Amino acid sequence: MKLTWTRALGLLMLLISKQIPAQLTIQITGGAEGALPIALVPFRVENGAATPPEELTAIIQDDLHRTGLLQPLPHKDLIARPSALEEVHFQNWRALGVDNLVVGALASDPDGGYHGYQVRFELLDVYTANRLVGKRYRVQPTALRTLGHTISDTIFQALFGRPGGFNTQIAYVEIERNTDQTVHKLVVADADGHNPQIILTSNAPIMSPAWSPDRQRIGYVSFENGRSEVYVQEVASGKRRTVASFNGINSAPAWSPQGNRLALTLSKDGNPEIYVLDLATANLQQLTHNSSIDTEPVWTPNGQQIIFTSDRGGSPQIYRLPSAGGEAERLTFEGNYNARPALSPDGRLLGLVHRKDGKFKIAVLDLQTRLTRVVTEGPLDESPSFAPNGATLLYSSVLGSKSELATVSIYGRAHERLGVFSNTVQEPVWSPL
Amino acid sequence: MCRLKFQMAAPFLVLSLVLSGCATTDNEQAIGGPPMSERGSASATDEAGIATRGAQGAQPFQGTELQNPASPLAKRVVYFDFDSNVVKTEYMPILKAHGEYLATHPENQVIIEGHTDERGSREYNLALGEHRAKAVQRILELNGAAKEQISSVSYGEEKPLDPGHTEAALTKNRRALIVYHQ
Repeated sequence: MKLTWTRALGLLMLLISKQIPAQLTIQITGGAEGALPIALVPFRVENGAATPPEELTAIIQDDLHRTGLLQPLPHKDLIARPSALEEVHFQNWRALGVDNLVVGALASDPDGGYHGYQVRFELLDVYTANRLVGKRYRVQPTALRTLGHTISDTIFQALFGRPGGFNTQIAYVEIERNTDQTVHKLVVADADGHNPQIILTSNAPIMSPAWSPDRQRIGYVSFENGRSEVYVQEVASGKRRTVASFNGINSAPAWSPQGNRLALTLSKDGNPEIYVLDLATANLQQLTHNSSIDTEPVWTPNGQQIIFTSDRGGSPQIYRLPSAGGEAERLTFEGNYNARPALSPDGRLLGLVHRKDGKFKIAVLDLQTRLTRVVTEGPLDESPSFAPNGATLLYSSVLGSKSELATVSIYGRAHERLGVFSNTVQEPVWSPL
Repeated sequence: MCRLKFQMAAPFLVLSLVLSGCATTDNEQAIGGPPMSERGSASATDEAGIATRGAQGAQPFQGTELQNPASPLAKRVVYFDFDSNVVKTEYMPILKAHGEYLATHPENQVIIEGHTDERGSREYNLALGEHRAKAVQRILELNGAAKEQISSVSYGEEKPLDPGHTEAALTKNRRALIVYHQ
């Protein structure tokens, strides 16, 4: 056996908060067409190990399904429960049309000195009857969810040759409307919606969270002083500072790829315009100059251009201009409301809020083919944000009196709800890798 | 009091009419009224048995002009169409009254709050809310208010009057508010 033995010591160090939201449900609301069929056999619990608090394969299955690139076989269709390559009858799985098979086991850790587990898993190619990956981990029960995402990352990397980003985080704004006051919270959670941690609470609105490229800081807008101001907060320490509090609007922070500059919307000279702020020197450069609305800047991955929303043509549309300043070029022409651009990590696809048939939906514009594809139903969908693997878009939507965070795959249109909340949840943003 | 009919679509054209036609309006006279002490109800009876007695006249509003619910100044909200910062002509008399009030009361100051409904993107709405507040601010200034008396703030869609999702809620939320400093 040629297993790679990995001691994931980092996993042991992880302190997982116990704030699991009671409302959280994972619900798959759409099928994936053209996705690769894969089967995940629930990991066998061996030699008297305690039943794990988290079902590892369920976590992995949700991660993989959400990408829209993989279609896991339903549990009821599993024809056997092997836990290692030696136990697999490949011809049976070939007959099911499954390309890949994930098997594994959990055992109690004999020399860990704690109530931990040893976990092994293998990713198998059903057609060649080969092992693509095999790994082994030692882990505390509280870190099983993190380990699940790590295994998802390993599988995704092996099959697609790029990072899956399942151990990333999301940030979002949650609003609790009580009869006497409204509480606004800035929340950081795991990418699958679990483990929410509140990093800011305020009686005034909070807007537009934006992760720094190194995931160490979040920029956001807070109205705590009676108007919009831009703050940058360190995620780990909670320390923060005001970076823009000019007269008028201070808003829409977007980090440059190097993390040393913020694009912002300021109206200090009377009209909302896009500026670039150097965080070290506080030097400001104005990029747009006209009497219409210019806002919602995002940087292209190479930092050379800024994509933004403007109503200079009479309705909100998406434009692009050089980040050093220059002429703006209009990118969207379909429909009379296109706003809130979000770029895929490779810079090829643009997620946006698009009005169609009176409803606000998430659409994806391919910047090469210039084709727009509507990927959600509306009516009040907003804040698209790409997963670091580029396969999934995160967004928020309204469901009657409730709201939800959801993901949609840009390939197979796999829809999944990360959570339905009785409080309002909005502006989810996915962290970088 | 100057009364113009606002039937024209172009708000700035209407505004210029407002300015030229109403420049001398003094609406302080229309409200106010003599103080209570001058209004007694003294009675007298003469020898022929004729008695005269004063009667209480209709009571004018006694508070300050800003508190008079019958004054156009009591109206402080301007509603907008979706994705629009055009102030509709129906609100011009209200804004004219506030502009003129501010012109004659330089000690007073207002904040104009711009708000939008929840549809569309939040940052765009924050900018739209500011355009709405600025549109109201300009009309107040054209009616005599000084720049220094007016500040504006946009809350975008972040402070809905009605957090519901009905058409009625959205209509209420697309607004600019005139808030007087206490």
